[in-house]
Amino acid sequence: MADLALSFSRRPVAMRHPSVVIFIGALALFTIAVTILAEGFGIGVISNSFVKTLGKTLCLCLVALAMDLVWGYTGILSLGHMAFFGIGGYAIGMWLMYARTETIVVQSLASAPLPPTPQEISDGIATQIFGVVGASEFPPIWAFAHSLPLQLAAVVLVPGLLALIFGWLAFRSRVTGVYLSILTQALTLALSLYLFQNDSGLRGNNGLSGLQNLPGLDDVPQSTVSMWFFWASAIALGTAYLLCTWLVSGKFGSVLRAIRDDETRVRFLGYSVEAYKLFIFTFTAIIAGIAGAIYYPQAGIVNPAELAPIASIYLAVWVAIGGRGRLYGAVIGAALVSLLSTWFTGGQAPNIRLGGYVISWVDWWTVLLGLSFVCVTLFAPRGIGGLFDHLAKLRSPKRRGAPLGPDAGALREKEADQ
Amino acid sequence: MSQLLEVSGVSVSFDGFKAINNLTFQIGKAEMRAVIGPNGAGKTTFMDIVTGKTKPDEGTVLWGEKSQSLLSMNESQIAQVGIGRKFQRPTVFEDQSVADNLMLALKKNRSPLAVLFFRPGREDQERIAELAEEIGLSAALDRKAGELSHGQKQWLEIGMLLAQDPKLLLVDEPAAGMTPAEREHTTEILVEAAKTRAVVVVEHDMEFVRRLNCKVTVLHEGSLLAEGSIDHVTSNNEVIEVYLGR
Repeated sequence: MADLALSFSRRPVAMRHPSVVIFIGALALFTIAVTILAEGFGIGVISNSFVKTLGKTLCLCLVALAMDLVWGYTGILSLGHMAFFGIGGYAIGMWLMYARTETIVVQSLASAPLPPTPQEISDGIATQIFGVVGASEFPPIWAFAHSLPLQLAAVVLVPGLLALIFGWLAFRSRVTGVYLSILTQALTLALSLYLFQNDSGLRGNNGLSGLQNLPGLDDVPQSTVSMWFFWASAIALGTAYLLCTWLVSGKFGSVLRAIRDDETRVRFLGYSVEAYKLFIFTFTAIIAGIAGAIYYPQAGIVNPAELAPIASIYLAVWVAIGGRGRLYGAVIGAALVSLLSTWFTGGQAPNIRLGGYVISWVDWWTVLLGLSFVCVTLFAPRGIGGLFDHLAKLRSPKRRGAPLGPDAGALREKEADQ
Repeated sequence: MSQLLEVSGVSVSFDGFKAINNLTFQIGKAEMRAVIGPNGAGKTTFMDIVTGKTKPDEGTVLWGEKSQSLLSMNESQIAQVGIGRKFQRPTVFEDQSVADNLMLALKKNRSPLAVLFFRPGREDQERIAELAEEIGLSAALDRKAGELSHGQKQWLEIGMLLAQDPKLLLVDEPAAGMTPAEREHTTEILVEAAKTRAVVVVEHDMEFVRRLNCKVTVLHEGSLLAEGSIDHVTSNNEVIEVYLGR
């Protein structure tokens, strides 16, 4: 019985998952280090824009965590999760833009001889916001934009409901594998194309801008605001990491991994595979929405291009490079690749001169990323996370290349060594 | 005697090929039944129909005392009313430990929320220890199922089937790839299980069927060819012609 007790989750989570302690510790140290080095509350060694880049990176790690849950653990290769991320950004962006424009309009009308009526203020705001797309009235979609709590609710509810409806339709019809990926991609493409239209009510291809300015806090310097958002990003990532660990460590995680490897068998055990998929799809869409809502105020602008399918494909690439089916893998992949991407495309990487041809990393970065994705898939399917297994000397038996289950999303032999 | 499962007049065809043709089959609450037949006789399709994987073109499949129709249920609902299935090839979750595999199968509330907040209690752990003992995998509880030998995977799947505590067990070639001693143990487990529940065994091996010592149903080209004791069916001329004579 002694060794039996070891097989079950009687020990505290921290002991069963040392990676959680390490992860949270590393995140905390990183946050403290950035706080000390940044301008806002520290000695000012690192620039404000770099703090924002780091904060944004943490948000990308957060959405990668969601992607790992839905793809790495459950085997649903969703190519639409960045759409939920974008929706989260739009939801918070509407309030930020409305409230800030309201302050400006009220100030400018204050000098008028007669005090402005609410209608005048509202028209003023609408002209300011929608003048760029040739409109001067609020579309119905902005009905709640004046209220922070309602828009915050939208951050969670809109991605959640969209995922719930889409997932219900797709999973109920038992759409799986590559067909589901194509469907999710169609969803994000459709959404992006819709938002590109000027009469979508969300300023067409201009998107929402000026989101870095918090309404009513004009006196607070950006160095302080950027630290607030950096902390919020770190707290969100830490909390989500703990929540996801709890989710995948118990029997629930066991069912998810079983669905990934052999969903037919799970059905014959009496589990409603559709209900589980729907749960995880919706849950991760909500995480993605929250991540977007913290990301875009740091980016300052959200536009329909952010919802383009390529963004969601990048997300899958990050998780694959980091190592799917392990939470820290997703975080490492997202952080590393997105920071490298910033470095290469920001023109900071030195160009390589090859006689007559100059390799400019701004253009060649995508080629490099594509190559590394192919290499990881072929030669190191466990991704960067696999290095940790190597260090911990974890080995598993030879399966002569057989995957772990019959489903398309099932782990392959090389991925499963853990 | 009231029946647990009543399949009547069931037909199904795939692209014009009649896999099951007007099949009628009944089994009682605590009964062992062996189903034999040559390849393509429709044995696996029959199991697919009962477990909801395949919907028949016509006929009825009724379950239990209330005579519920299984045809309107999906696979997981059918599993929840108490039908467990063991596949021909062992299908266990290879990336997970033996204990996790058994825990997945253990008869519990299957809804996502219940599973999310589920933490195994003492009696669950004891039940799993008991099952592991029975299938000879006590020492392997922490090992990944993928590491097990073919025979051990068969055992694990039988253990998972028992953990589900179904009212009806559908077992597809349980003895494939087992040593004679293991076959004997399998026979014991199945005979023991059939004392309290219905067990349907699909098997090619006549010796194995003989040891089960139960009523035998012979399928041929999707319909019932003969039914009765093993001696009765093996002396049936038609059966000899289509199956045993070859």
